[in-house]
Amino acid sequence: MSKEKEREPLFSTKNLKLLRDPLGENNPITVQVLGICSALAVTAKLKPAIVMAISVVVVLSVSNVIVSVFRKSVPPRIRIIFQLVVIAMMVILVDQVLKAFAFEVSKQLSVFVGLIITNCIIMGRLEAFALANKPWESFLDGLGNAAGYGLILIIVGFFRELLGSGTILGYHVMEKIGIYNIGYENNGFMILPPMALITVGIIIWVQRSRNKDLIDKS
Amino acid sequence: MENIVNIFVRSVFIDNMVFAYFLGMCSYLAVSKTVKTSVGLGIAVVFVLTITVPVNYLIQNFLLKEGALTWLSPSFAGINLSFLSFIMFIAVIASMVQLVEMVVEKFSPALYTSLGIFLPLIAVNCAILGGSLFMVEREYANIGEATVFGFGSGVGFLLAIAGIAAIREKIQYSNVPAPLRGLGITFIITGLMGIAFMSFMGIKL
Repeated sequence: MSKEKEREPLFSTKNLKLLRDPLGENNPITVQVLGICSALAVTAKLKPAIVMAISVVVVLSVSNVIVSVFRKSVPPRIRIIFQLVVIAMMVILVDQVLKAFAFEVSKQLSVFVGLIITNCIIMGRLEAFALANKPWESFLDGLGNAAGYGLILIIVGFFRELLGSGTILGYHVMEKIGIYNIGYENNGFMILPPMALITVGIIIWVQRSRNKDLIDKS
Repeated sequence: MENIVNIFVRSVFIDNMVFAYFLGMCSYLAVSKTVKTSVGLGIAVVFVLTITVPVNYLIQNFLLKEGALTWLSPSFAGINLSFLSFIMFIAVIASMVQLVEMVVEKFSPALYTSLGIFLPLIAVNCAILGGSLFMVEREYANIGEATVFGFGSGVGFLLAIAGIAAIREKIQYSNVPAPLRGLGITFIITGLMGIAFMSFMGIKL
């Protein structure tokens, strides 16, 4: 115990690693396979993808801290219910805030804000990390993982909106370049749900061919 | 009657949980290595959905909706508790999953051990909560319709997970590029299956 007393700096290398790893080599979506459910349905346009990413960052980092603070006082048998209550509370807050300040986007996201509750990233990180670590580390871990999740969301959303509708955040990029004059057309297929899966598949392919350690052994 | 069949077909094929809304993806990807376990998980999901959707339908219509409490006293007509729906639904789902877990453990220990951690994880399977939330959003007229919707969504999930498991068993013998192996190719196959399921779009019964 005495060793723990020596306070490490807030941003020691170990802590920065917590923040950085999930962005790349330990990404929640492409490597840990968590939270695919909501990741794909909201990415037809970039804007809902960004809002979703921000919501998950808020929910995951705060609930990670709350669970970590109470980790010693909650008996293990009821921890799942406790975690669900914490997450549900955070999600209700986010949902109400979205309804109040960004009603249009919250309509587009429809049930998917509610589904953050059952997003496996959140339960997964609470179980795997927050239950065994101190609040500050848990906060960084939550921030990192949610950011890794958001990163993939934004990449997928960017390409689907650009190739599918020819816009970025509603701004007609493709028209401005004048690419339509030489016979380019929007690929309406990109907006359809199955293309989200294929886009993520391609992201995984690219990531794994750059980083050979991640390749499945089987 | 027509209406019921229509809802069933819609929820199995057109609004398929996995291919149209990507719900339940986590367990879909994690448990689909062999057909046997995936069918077991699929049946558990069908069971839980068929129970939780009607129960949540009752909760929504007699407790949470605006004016839903009038059966207690007319003075409650202005109360709208629908912001509590997430927490109520998840509580119902968690307790139902606990029930299913006990039943399966008692009657089919083999299935219980093969499902392992994924049985309790049904509680956080997005397909289950998604079923309840879609039920609210689509405003089904009575409890019968809601039950059929829950059952149909479950069958859709079962169909999807059994299909992908069968394909993954076969693909073991194929020469997939190394970086795509495992997760990557599963995503792409799911996308292709989703495109196939889209051909059901627009069917009206």
